[in-house]
Amino acid sequence: MPLLESIRIALNALAVNKLRAALTMLGIIIGVGAVIALLSVGYGFEEYIAQQFSGLGSNLLFVFPGQLEPGSSPIRRTGQRVQPLTLGDAEAIADPFQVSGVVAVAAEYSRNGTIVRGSRELSTYIIGAPPQYQSVRNFNLTLGEFINQEHVNARSRVAVLGAQPAERLFDEGEYPIGQTVKLNDIPFRVIGVLEEKGGGPFGNQDNIVIIPISTAQTRLFRAPVVRGELAVSLIFIQTVSQDVMDVVADQVTEILRERHRISFRDDDDFSIISQSDLIKVFGDFTAVFTIVLGAIAGISLVVGGIGIMNIMLVSVTERTREIGIRKAVGARRRDILLQFLVEAVVLALIGGAQGVVFGYACSVLVTQLAGINTIVRLEAILLATIFSAAVGLFFGIYPATRAASLNPIDALRYE
Amino acid sequence: MEEQPAQALIDARDLVKIYQMGSVQVCALCGVSLQVQRGEMLAIMGASGSGKSTLLNILGCLDTPTRGRYYLDGISVAEMNDDQLAYVRGRKIGFVFQNFNLLPRATALENVELPLIYSGVAPHKRRELALAALEAVGLADRMRHRPNELSGGQQQRVAIARAIVNQPAIILADEPTGNLDSRSGEEIMAIFQRLNAERGITIILVTHEHDIARHAQRIVRIADGRIVDDRPVTSLAYATAAT
Repeated sequence: MPLLESIRIALNALAVNKLRAALTMLGIIIGVGAVIALLSVGYGFEEYIAQQFSGLGSNLLFVFPGQLEPGSSPIRRTGQRVQPLTLGDAEAIADPFQVSGVVAVAAEYSRNGTIVRGSRELSTYIIGAPPQYQSVRNFNLTLGEFINQEHVNARSRVAVLGAQPAERLFDEGEYPIGQTVKLNDIPFRVIGVLEEKGGGPFGNQDNIVIIPISTAQTRLFRAPVVRGELAVSLIFIQTVSQDVMDVVADQVTEILRERHRISFRDDDDFSIISQSDLIKVFGDFTAVFTIVLGAIAGISLVVGGIGIMNIMLVSVTERTREIGIRKAVGARRRDILLQFLVEAVVLALIGGAQGVVFGYACSVLVTQLAGINTIVRLEAILLATIFSAAVGLFFGIYPATRAASLNPIDALRYE
Repeated sequence: MEEQPAQALIDARDLVKIYQMGSVQVCALCGVSLQVQRGEMLAIMGASGSGKSTLLNILGCLDTPTRGRYYLDGISVAEMNDDQLAYVRGRKIGFVFQNFNLLPRATALENVELPLIYSGVAPHKRRELALAALEAVGLADRMRHRPNELSGGQQQRVAIARAIVNQPAIILADEPTGNLDSRSGEEIMAIFQRLNAERGITIILVTHEHDIARHAQRIVRIADGRIVDDRPVTSLAYATAAT
């Protein structure tokens, strides 16, 4: 019996009990819809993360104290006697006689803190930074100026506000430059306001306050002193091009190992990570996140499949006599098997198609209502559709086999 | 009538069918031999439980005998598997049942087309053949009706159209008039006789009504799984049967 014929018969059979078919499909609709919607959230998140990294600055290498475990997120570090990075390390890296291919080096010393103005208070991230930090991190100012070398030399109490503190602490129309804010109870003069940047891998890039690094290390916080130098949290290295990143990283490794007196057998006590490494690490993480979301949605698809199996079993029992008649007039086992399998798959596929529309609508709704970035990819649609057909096939096999193996004599006598 | 052609349409020898009922073996057929020639119209009579339904199921290739040989149109059927039996049913045999067994949601035309779907006839050809079969039973004007819109007699005529649509060698009718009033029953029997006379289709009826059986040319009586009587219909035979 040709497939087209089977599909026609299946559609006719489903049309007989429309409500039941619709309810059975609902399971698949929800399953496929959930897969599409949740995958779109996952993909949206992946894309968002990738965007944030590319907004971080270009051709960047990051030097962290401690070792990153390969494959893990960059937050975890193994705890062998780790020496912090210091200003001296940053200066050594910036020395063109020691490392070539470097455009700029910027160390930061940063901590969480609070910013207060009058009765308004905000928990924020205070970054002590040198002047070149602005170009390395790609910060643009909407107002005022950035930290300059004099501020650093004088350990001035001046602050550049991120977009968020500026917005929260000052009313619209108020001019923040020259105003005084308190960082951890110490008064600072506002000299600049940053442009809005959006979230990033190190947290919200807008809820920050930038002050001179020397002020952060000695006046606001107490940075530890290592080898006679002040510690820094993190060093950014901007290289001349993407191609020299590996060479620069090798040179930096050599210098830091020497400076940290790491013997030749021991592992580095710092990590150099390129922007693309970070994207990859976070990409792996977000991919796992997407897979987990998809798998959770997949469970509901399987539940929908069980619904199909249930209804097909009922249908086989109800249509026992029909099966008997068909067999009496010459239907072979495989004709009956095909008929019921096609019916299950058609049920799943129609549900799947509606589920795609439903899932798409959900992802649009999520974007509109919750402001979460979502992306419906073709591969998600294909995956969900193929998966729903497979679910129909898998859960249709048992009822169809039961129908096909009915004895025609008994089936004809069935009341 | 007495001369035996080289090959009978139905040639069953020593058919035995044993059912296992728990630990007891029940012999539904205990060695039945039956030859039916092409073009014969035969009635099988017997009380319920006599084994006549079992015999019909085996003759109709819905079931296989436990022992014995069965040749249908020269083909040995006894050791066929399910799919081969289905093939033979679809091409050689037309069934007519007491309760019509039409698909309730299909129209008369679709019901008649059903066997053609499984013998691989192309859709437009199917329609043509099905319509011709419905014309042969005088129901072409009801082709769009569903079974519940037809009278019992009309439903049975649809079932006959379905049985003949594949041009089978044989029609097996199991109590075809059992659910019909006597006038409709007579109509059905008239159609059978016409198909037998005009198309030479071999017809085997199972019935317990003498009035129906006498439309046949030959009556076979079964009791307790054995053939107890097998004779042509004459007025005398009918008279004795009636007593």
